[in-house]
Amino acid sequence: MKQYFPSDYLPLLVQFSAAAAFVVVTMIATHLLGPKRNSKVKDAAWECGIEAKGDARTPISIKYFLTAILFVLFDIEVIFMYPWAVNFKELFREMGSVIFVEMLLFMALLLAGFYYVIKKGVLKWE
Amino acid sequence: MEFITFEFLVKTAIILLVFVITLGIAAYSTLAERKISAFLQDRIGPNRAGPFGLLQPLADAGKMFFKEEFIPETSSKFLFILGPSLAMLTAMMASAVIPFGDTLQFGDTVINIQPVEANIGILYIFGVVSLGVYGVMIGGWASNNKFSLLGAIRAASQNISYELAMGFSIIAILMMTGSLSLGDIASQQKGSFFGISWLPSGTNWNIFYQPLGFILFCTCSFAECNRTPFDLPECESELVGGYHTEYSSMKLGLYLFSEYVNMFVAGLVMSTLYFGGYNYPGVDFVAANFGQNIATFLGIGVLLGKALAFIFFFMWIRWTLPRFRYDQLMNLGWKSMIPLAILNVVFTGGFIMLKEMFFS
Repeated sequence: MKQYFPSDYLPLLVQFSAAAAFVVVTMIATHLLGPKRNSKVKDAAWECGIEAKGDARTPISIKYFLTAILFVLFDIEVIFMYPWAVNFKELFREMGSVIFVEMLLFMALLLAGFYYVIKKGVLKWE
Repeated sequence: MEFITFEFLVKTAIILLVFVITLGIAAYSTLAERKISAFLQDRIGPNRAGPFGLLQPLADAGKMFFKEEFIPETSSKFLFILGPSLAMLTAMMASAVIPFGDTLQFGDTVINIQPVEANIGILYIFGVVSLGVYGVMIGGWASNNKFSLLGAIRAASQNISYELAMGFSIIAILMMTGSLSLGDIASQQKGSFFGISWLPSGTNWNIFYQPLGFILFCTCSFAECNRTPFDLPECESELVGGYHTEYSSMKLGLYLFSEYVNMFVAGLVMSTLYFGGYNYPGVDFVAANFGQNIATFLGIGVLLGKALAFIFFFMWIRWTLPRFRYDQLMNLGWKSMIPLAILNVVFTGGFIMLKEMFFS
């Protein structure tokens, strides 16, 4: 088994610096190179050519928020399954099929919640 | 400065090389997209800049740089600039944990061609890729334009929905391989087809064990890259330009460019997880007859070839399938993909248990 040290991840910093440098240089270059001819009409928000009405920061459909909350819930449950999945073969050799039954139970609970959410009509888009 | 070892310098060189290759491939993907779309629609495509239009990406980039940079008056200036920067940054960070090849050996020094040998490679990729949605979300919200806002919200809820299905679809492969490291997953596929010893080595790909998992993962990659048929965030027939309606010059360029970088990374990840990574039929034969280094270099070429094949597949789909409607998209993600992925996990678990009980 290979031991990992924090220094093994140092190249990530190199990658980050390279990517950040690329983005920053591009942004500065495009800022300096392009022409600037501003006018009041040009700087307004684009709305099919007519005058923009009001602000875009209006309330949006609750469905999107529900989707986001469901994502957080289910994503955490997925993350619970990762350590189990990675160690599945070893655990099975040690403990037998009980490890599989336990996960089936967990998934049944998850699916029960999922069924409830669907029956509630959270994912119903008009 | 003890951390600046020889190994660190080698890894830095690999990273910079991968970086340049990624940019090059992403730039030429834009040309390839136009050429392929032209081919599929019986047109000629760009052919003016250089022979066969080969200088077209350079011309496009030059044009983008010299375009007027435009920031709407009512927008949040800082977030407006942060959006595309973040999209590009996260797209370029993801390639760090991909194993690009087997080991190279020069005398006593062994070099592993993987920029960062992380034991949690898959989690890293998921983490970085899911940050990409912030770029779209921030950019769309900061524009203070109704079309941008709608596009950004659509993008966010689409990406998180398919990320969930993606997370589920990968569990089955983790059960098979017992590792989160992409390096391990790639090297495990080096054996012969289903372990039958007289067949050529380097063909024991996970796709043969996980066809359903691959289809789910591939579909989710399309959604994560905002590619057709899942390109609702930038659906021009109803949302003008989607989240980048207000963007111009290289800021728009970075958004479009990050999509191609994401496609390349998605191709690399799919090749590594399901199509053997840098392995190819007869890898042991080449290593035995022509030396390990030749086999490794060939492997790098093969991996890039597989990724390019996936990019072609992405483009092919784009010019073949129409766009989904939003409710269809959400229903597909939540009501089909997630139950199917769970089913796949259960079946994989069952098969692994049977195999452990009767064949070991």
